Amino acid sequence: MSTEVTSAAAEFARRQQSPLQRVQHQLHGRPWLSPLFLLLVAFVAFFIGSATFLTASSMGILLQQTAVVAALAVGQTIVILTAGIDLSVGAVMVLSMMVMATLAKDGGMPGILALAVGVLLATAAGALNGLLVTRINLPPFIVTLGTLSVFTAIALLYSGGESIQADHLPRLLNFLGEGFGIGDFRLTWGIIVVILIYAVMGFVLSQTAWGRYVYAVGDDPESARLSGVPSKRILLAVYTVAGLIYGIAAWILIGRAGAATPNAFPDANLASITAVVIGGTSLFGGRGRLVGTLIGALIVQTLQFGLSQMGVDQQWRVLATGILVIVAVAVDQWIRKVKA
Amino acid sequence: MSTPTLEVAHGGVPEGKEDIYAKEPVLSARKLVITFGRVVGLDGVDLDLYPGEVLAVIGDNGAGKSTLIKCLTGAYVADSGVITLNGQPVHFKKPQDAREAGIETVYQQLAVIPALDIASNLYLAREERRRGPLGSVLRMLDKKGMEKRAGQSVQDLGIQTIQNMSQAVETLSGGQRQAVAVARAAAFGSKVVVLDEPTAALGVKESGMVLDMVKQLRDRGLSVILISHNMPHVWEVADRIHIQRLGGRAGVVTPQTHDMGEGVAIMTGAKRLEGSS
Ligand SMILES: Nc1ncnc2c1ncn2[C@@H]1O[C@H](COP(=O)(O)OP(=O)(O)OP(=O)(O)O)[C@@H](O)[C@H]1O
Ligand SMILES: [Mg+2]
Repeated sequence: MSTEVTSAAAEFARRQQSPLQRVQHQLHGRPWLSPLFLLLVAFVAFFIGSATFLTASSMGILLQQTAVVAALAVGQTIVILTAGIDLSVGAVMVLSMMVMATLAKDGGMPGILALAVGVLLATAAGALNGLLVTRINLPPFIVTLGTLSVFTAIALLYSGGESIQADHLPRLLNFLGEGFGIGDFRLTWGIIVVILIYAVMGFVLSQTAWGRYVYAVGDDPESARLSGVPSKRILLAVYTVAGLIYGIAAWILIGRAGAATPNAFPDANLASITAVVIGGTSLFGGRGRLVGTLIGALIVQTLQFGLSQMGVDQQWRVLATGILVIVAVAVDQWIRKVKA
Repeated sequence: MSTPTLEVAHGGVPEGKEDIYAKEPVLSARKLVITFGRVVGLDGVDLDLYPGEVLAVIGDNGAGKSTLIKCLTGAYVADSGVITLNGQPVHFKKPQDAREAGIETVYQQLAVIPALDIASNLYLAREERRRGPLGSVLRMLDKKGMEKRAGQSVQDLGIQTIQNMSQAVETLSGGQRQAVAVARAAAFGSKVVVLDEPTAALGVKESGMVLDMVKQLRDRGLSVILISHNMPHVWEVADRIHIQRLGGRAGVVTPQTHDMGEGVAIMTGAKRLEGSS
């Protein structure tokens, strides 16, 4: 009797699923599928639209352009997974970069020491965000909005607003811009560092208890606490690790830009948040995958790069990115409405 | 601090179980007070839980039942009062402290993480790692092992509606979620299991299973605190009944000395127990 009911229900479920619903179902289980599909569409479109797009040298440049956003977006992802947001990504990176470069040039510090101080400073900046969020219980949006201004101002004051060119810097600080060619395809050490960051954080998030706690705290902080998860410690650690990653991104940026500039990469915040959101991570926390963020970062840069190759103006590229974000969030909402 | 003694005036010792009550309480609280701003949550509550007994806690909505067990299990820290575990004073600052002391709790709001799967929820904050360097150095989780053992725990409870341990909790029904929370407490409790309205969302059959589980836990020598609004359930399984009223303890009765009507009368304030404060 009861088996009859279930099989009839199963029959019903099967008949009811239109192809669109089946797609929706698949996407619910694998939220990174839709950004991957989007990336493929973009590639095909630009392949048709521009003769120079799908060439080895172009692809190398695309990856180099993606490296910094992709690195920043890792920190942004873990913060957003805890239902937070980090508006200070760019500011922390620039502050760290200016400190590294200034210490090496004016302070005459060896490259390795300047690098270490810069990365440590970024880590401390992240920890400060974390302390303000966990100890004073301020919303992450407010905290990082404040520290965005504070860190930006310190970076400008400290550097006197001056850029430092690569030839004034020790080789180590420029090293991540160097690389090797495979035919016309050029791979920099910076790209390899980014891949490593993704591999390590991807492992931590999916294979360790700490990773589970990040999701749990983002999904339901009170339940996580009642279940024995040290919520505050996890939050503090997340912001601190994010800071560390921004410090490494600063190193990548020096190599990429060939200089340390206090007003470098003005749209780092929006670009990193865009990458995370397009990658399928929910702004409400607790849901998302790092691999989605990587695809998201690639989509943002592919759009920028492909459109510029087709000779499209900067304004139109910004417009396209904006539309993409809205579409990505709309698709995310739609996927969420899947009936179990 | 004086050794807690059973107040005989409050209903006495259940017949045939005198030996249990000759022992020292496993968990006891004296004069617990907690306030939330101007709201008084607990107004000097005493509680005694003896080894191998089922202590029911009943009371109207807002009487302070959940607040009481939250203070006992580290979810809240009482403003004042003393809690002892096996005679030793304890100061739980967070739920994890109580868990490590052997107290497992199913909170009224269940405390499960919707986005995580059933196995991850069962093992949340007590994850097991892989053997060898993968576990010790890389801290890699033993996902397969935990999934298998989670399935076993759920099966031990006789819960058949939950099959797939890798299913996200958000896809479960309210009753199934409750079953997950109860399974977690039953699987890991070593001294005390606290259940705050564990059958509220359950059907008749599933409620019966939870009550059976409560009895099993008692037979294993554990102590159970059971909060419930279902009087027949309470009178069926409880050894003693702590009646909570307006943030205080109105008294303790046993199913033998008082019937449901009297219990409810005390609970609502229509009657008073002799010797109660
Ligand atoms: N975190 C809190 N903040 C403010 N007030 C609280 C808090 N927790 C409990 N209270 C108050 O303490 C009192 C007791 O609440 P409690 O949840 O313990 O009741 P209860 O007996 O469990 O009721 P129910 O049967 O409805 O679950 C209520 O007046 C409630 O408003
Ligand atoms: Mg309650």
